[in-house]
Amino acid sequence: MIALLLLITIPILGAGIAFALRNNKKRPWILVPVAIFHTAMVSWFWLSDSFPTLGPWLLLDSMGKIVLGLISVLFLGASLYAVGYLRQRSERNNRIFVASLLFFLSAVTVVTLSHHFGLLWVSLEATTLASAPLLYFNHNQRSLEATWKYLIICSVGIALALLGTFFLAVSETAAGPVENPLFLPTMLHHSSSFSVPWLRASFIFLLVGYGTKMGLAPMHTWKPDAYGEAPGLVGFLLSGVLTSCAFLALFRVLQVCQAAQQADFARPLFILIGLLSMGVAAVFMVGQQDYKRMLAYSSVEHMGILTLGLGLGGLAIYGALLHLLSNGLAKGVLFLTAGNIHRHYGSKSVSSIQGVFRRLPVSGVLFMAGFIAITGSPPFGIFVSEFTILRSAMSDGRWTVVALFLGFLALIFVGMGRIVLSMTLGEPAGNQPQRGVEGATRAPVIEPWLTILTPCLLLVSVFLLGIYIPSWLDRSLQVAAALVGGHR
Amino acid sequence: MDHLVQIILISVILTNLAILGSHPLNTCIRAVALQGVALGVLPIFLHGREWSYHTFLISFMIIGLKGFLIPTLLFRAIRDVAVRKEQDPLIGFTASLLLGGGLVGLGFAVSSGLPLPAEIKSSLLVPVALSTLMMGLLVIVTRAKILTQTLGYLMLENGIFAFGLILTKELPWLIEMGVSLDIFAGIFVMGTLMGHIHEEFNSLSVRKLSNLKG
Repeated sequence: MIALLLLITIPILGAGIAFALRNNKKRPWILVPVAIFHTAMVSWFWLSDSFPTLGPWLLLDSMGKIVLGLISVLFLGASLYAVGYLRQRSERNNRIFVASLLFFLSAVTVVTLSHHFGLLWVSLEATTLASAPLLYFNHNQRSLEATWKYLIICSVGIALALLGTFFLAVSETAAGPVENPLFLPTMLHHSSSFSVPWLRASFIFLLVGYGTKMGLAPMHTWKPDAYGEAPGLVGFLLSGVLTSCAFLALFRVLQVCQAAQQADFARPLFILIGLLSMGVAAVFMVGQQDYKRMLAYSSVEHMGILTLGLGLGGLAIYGALLHLLSNGLAKGVLFLTAGNIHRHYGSKSVSSIQGVFRRLPVSGVLFMAGFIAITGSPPFGIFVSEFTILRSAMSDGRWTVVALFLGFLALIFVGMGRIVLSMTLGEPAGNQPQRGVEGATRAPVIEPWLTILTPCLLLVSVFLLGIYIPSWLDRSLQVAAALVGGHR
Repeated sequence: MDHLVQIILISVILTNLAILGSHPLNTCIRAVALQGVALGVLPIFLHGREWSYHTFLISFMIIGLKGFLIPTLLFRAIRDVAVRKEQDPLIGFTASLLLGGGLVGLGFAVSSGLPLPAEIKSSLLVPVALSTLMMGLLVIVTRAKILTQTLGYLMLENGIFAFGLILTKELPWLIEMGVSLDIFAGIFVMGTLMGHIHEEFNSLSVRKLSNLKG
C-alpha cells in the first residue's frame, strides 16, 4: 500500500533535503513536518484499525503497530526538542546530524514492518549505522571513543545475529526446500518440520546478537559509554526507540520458538539474561559518579525487565509490552532533562552539581519526577507494568525470581535516589561569579520552551498510562501479547 | 569442479593465517581483499553447473565490494593517517598463528558434530566458514590498531558470508544485496571514524581509547 511506502520514503526524502540545505539555523525545522507526517500516518493506522502491507515482506501486525506507534510518538517529541537543542548548539554544523536522524526514523520504521528475518537484520544494522554519526556530534575525544566502541561492539553483535539468521534458515529448510524461507507467517505455519538443534543454536546467536543491540548484560558494555557521551537527545532516541526495535526482534524470535514448541528452551534463557541485566545495573548504579552513565545503567535494567517479562510468559508478556511503552516515555523525560542540566552546568559529574531545583526549576522538577516514574513508584505507568510482571511471577510460584526482582529494584531505587537527590537539592554552587549582595541566590534560569515541552508531555503521558489504560490500547496489547502466548 | 572449490576454500584459510601472522598493514589489507575475491568466486562453482544470472550477479557484487571497494577504502584510510605496521598486539604473532591453527581444528570439530543439510557440495565449506569467523573474532580481540580491528570485523563477516553460501538457493538476492550494502556502509563509517580518531588522538591505537570507565 502507498501509505507504507510514504512512511518509509518521506523521512529519507527529508534526509536528502537536510543534506542539501546550507542554512544551519533553518535545517532542524525539517525534522518537525516529517515527524508530524509520520505520526499522523501512524495514528491513522490506529484509528482506522488497518493493517497495511507493502510488497512481499513488509506488513504491519499488532505487535509492529505498538512499537511503530511508540517510536513515532517518541520521534515527534525528539524532533521538537532537537529544534531547541540545535538552536543552542548553533556553532556546530548539524547537516549530518539532522540527515542521520531522519534516516534513522526510516530504518526503524522498516524494522517494525519487516516480517522477513533477513530484512529485519538489514534494517537493524542500518539503524546502527544511522546512529553512529549521532553519537559523535560533539567531535571530542570522549565521544569518538564512545562511538568506536559502540560501532565495533554492536557490529560484532549484529554479525552474530546474521549467523543466527542463517542458522534459522538451515533449521527451516532441513526437511526440504520451502517456499519463501525466513518469512515469518510461513514459518509459523510449517514450524513442526524445523530441525530442533539448528533452531536452538539459532536462538542462542539471535539472543546474543539482538541482545547486544538491546544492551542486555553481559553485552551491555557499549551502553554507558555511548549514552554518557552522546547528547541527551540521542541517548533518548537510543534508549527509547532503538532498544524497542531490538526488543521487537527478540519478540519475533520468540514467536518462531513458540510455534516450533521450543518456548521451554527459550524462556529460561530470557529469564536468566533478564535478571542478570537487572543485577549488573544495580551493582553499577550504586556508587555511580556520572548521572548520564546512571541513566545508561537504568536502561540496562529496564531492558532486563522486558526480557524477564518475555521469559515469564502469560500475564508477564502483557506487562512487558506495557513496560515497553512506559519505559520509552519515562526515559525521554530523564534523558532530555539530563541534557538540559548538562548544558547548563557543563559537567556530568554528580559531585559538582547541586541545587538544580533552584537553578533550573522546570528541568529539576521534571528530572525528579522522571526518577520517581522510572523507579516504579505509583502513580506512574512503570509501576503498573512492573507490578503486572511481578504478579505473573508470583502466580507461577517463581519465588526466587520475585525475590531477586524486588531486591534489584530496591537497590536501584536507593542508588539512583542518592544521585538524584544530591543533584536537585541544596544550594547551587557559586562557581560562576555573582553580582550583587554576597550570599544572594542567583535567579532561576528561564529555559527555552522547546527543550521543556517534550519532557513535560512525555511525563504527562507516562502518568496517564499509570492511572488509566484506554480500552483500545488494552485490546491491542492483549492481541499482541497473544502472539507469543501471553494473556491478560 | 569440486577440486576448484576445495582450492578456493583452502586459500581462504591461508589468507586468514596470513592476516594473523603479518606485521605490515598493507599485507593484511591485501590478504583480506584476496579472501573477498575467493569468496566472491565461490558461489559460481559451488552448485555445479546450475548457473543462473542471480549467481553471477551476486559474485560480481561480492568481488567488487570485498575485493576492491572496501580494500581501496582501507588503503586510503591508512595512507591518510600514515600508519604502517601493527605494533605490540595483545598476543604475539607466532602465538596468534598457533591459536589460528587451533581454531581451524575447532572449526572442523564443531562442524562434524552438526547435522548438516545433505545438498552441500563441499565438506570443507562449513569448517572453513566457522574457523574464519573465529579467527576474525581473535583479531578483533587481540590487535591494538583500529584498522586491524576493522579487518577482524571483515573476516568475521566473510566467515558468516561463507556459511550463508549453503543457503544461496533459499535466500532471496535482495537480502544478500542488503547485507552486503550494510557491511560496506559499516566499513565506510568505520573508515571515516578512523580519520576523526587519528585527528583527535594523534594515534590509531586502541589503547588510547580508555578514557571512559565505570
